[in-house]
Amino acid sequence: MLLITCPECGARPETEFVCGGETHITRPGPFAEVPADVWAGYLFHQANPRGKLRERWRHQAGCGLWFNLVRDTVTHEITSVYRMGDPKPEIA
Amino acid sequence: MKRYSAASLFTEGFRGHTGWERAWRHPDPKPAYDVVIVGAGGHGLATAYYLDKEHGITNVAVVEKGWLGGGNTGRNTTVVRSNYLYPESAALYEKALQLYEGLSKDLNYNIMLSQRGMLEVAHSRHELEACAYWANAMRLNGIDSEVLTRDEVIALVPGINAGPGARYPVCGGYIQRRGGIARHDAVAWGYARAADARGVDIIQNCEVTGFRRDGAGTLVGVETTRGFIGAKKVALAVAGHSSVMAERAGFRLPVKSYALQAMVTEPVKPMLDTVVMSLATGVYMSQSDKGELVIGGGLDLYGSYAQRGNFPTIEKVVASAIELIPAIGRLKLMRTWAGIVDVTHDSSPIIDRAPVQGVYVNCGWGTGGFKAIPVGGYTLAHLLARDEPHPLAVPFSLRRFESGRLIDEAAASGIPH
Ligand SMILES: Cc1cc2nc3c(=O)[nH]c(=O)nc-3n(C[C@H](O)[C@H](O)[C@H](O)COP(=O)(O)OP(=O)(O)OC[C@H]3O[C@@H](n4cnc5c(N)ncnc54)[C@H](O)[C@@H]3O)c2cc1C
Ligand SMILES: [Zn+2]
Repeated sequence: MLLITCPECGARPETEFVCGGETHITRPGPFAEVPADVWAGYLFHQANPRGKLRERWRHQAGCGLWFNLVRDTVTHEITSVYRMGDPKPEIA
Repeated sequence: MKRYSAASLFTEGFRGHTGWERAWRHPDPKPAYDVVIVGAGGHGLATAYYLDKEHGITNVAVVEKGWLGGGNTGRNTTVVRSNYLYPESAALYEKALQLYEGLSKDLNYNIMLSQRGMLEVAHSRHELEACAYWANAMRLNGIDSEVLTRDEVIALVPGINAGPGARYPVCGGYIQRRGGIARHDAVAWGYARAADARGVDIIQNCEVTGFRRDGAGTLVGVETTRGFIGAKKVALAVAGHSSVMAERAGFRLPVKSYALQAMVTEPVKPMLDTVVMSLATGVYMSQSDKGELVIGGGLDLYGSYAQRGNFPTIEKVVASAIELIPAIGRLKLMRTWAGIVDVTHDSSPIIDRAPVQGVYVNCGWGTGGFKAIPVGGYTLAHLLARDEPHPLAVPFSLRRFESGRLIDEAAASGIPH
């Protein structure tokens, strides 16, 4: 069971949250000018590293907030939690 | 290879089982091969076998970082079935099931295929309608299926929670009678033994760490923990580690790695002689020959390479299983474990050339590629040998993610494994 620290509510069990996958993704545009491979990249080629990953999570069964965190996909250790719009933390 | 037979079993019985030979060699890597396959799971080993059997290519190595069959092939719940919705998937998985039906003979190795039926239970009128829809689609694709009434389901699964207080009432379902289970280790071992006998080198405890190219960019081989191994072609069959290998080779794959868990109870007397799946909860169960109930469910829903799952998923799966057959509530769980599965957005596999020269991929089987091992190997061998995809594999290209021609079995059948 992961303990995840919501920026509003503090540490809560993972069952209160949903994971929204990779964060800091920008939708390419304008639509008519985006080539197919760029769309495919945006829609389907998400980062899938063995190690640290920046993700967005939502405190679904709590305050409802979307926020970001850095999690290691092998150890599940969460090394930083930050709000939407905060600068992207460096990961090793 | 000494063939296994009733006579050899009989003779060895008299000789105190002293005459059995090793099932496969432990060779040192040769300097170079025509084809190096990364990953000695079912798909990698089957590819090696069919490369020789169908195309006469024997100068092949299968390189495995751990032990053969120690990945998802040795961790799965062994359900085989071909009850898919779309014609492309139906053709692919049905070919796999047909190959499975002849596999024990073909490999001279008992894979213990038990076609005890794959039953999907509907818990609402809407699920029952969906069952009729799937069953009819399957029939149109030439695959056996039968819609069952509530009474027929109750007769097939004694103890199923069909009483008036049931949280998930039983409304009926459908069954693919040719579906069932097989022995997962035996599939890996059978292909390994048969491939080895055809001259394939299976090199265990050897991790592929990189790819080497010459000045012109042509692939010349792979770097491994046991040194450089030359190769004209390299095939990736590494399941949950596909993205990691792709990155080492310089491209990206549209897959995400998740942990999928399974668990077994303590052994009990025979009580369940089919594979039963609850559509509402996604939990499914079968009983092994040892008597254990083998139980599976959904993914841990965040990316993972941990090869162990988290407890909330276990709790959910167990709660669903007990809801389905309350009598098992007193059983102890003996073991739980997880494998790392490679999931695509449409829950369909990728069998294609990689976007870099000399590399071929078989991945994206996600939660359901055990049933596909024979066809995954068969079609990847074809691609490697002929440099063009087998007709069955054409729809399962990487290009579909650009063209939008997805084969969305996730949305279609909603069955996780
Ligand atoms: C809990 C669970 C239940 C499942 N239930 C079912 C089911 O009921 N029915 C079904 O059809 N499917 C099921 N599946 C899915 C099925 O197990 C997989 O799709 C299938 O086994 C994949 O086979 P594979 O040969 O591609 O991969 P694997 O068997 O995982 O083999 C890949 C191999 O590659 C090796 N490898 C990785 N990286 C490297 C490297 N760098 N160098 C060398 N070797 C490397 C790994 O060690 C591994 O042995 C289940 C999976 C899990 C985890
Ligand atoms: Zn909160």
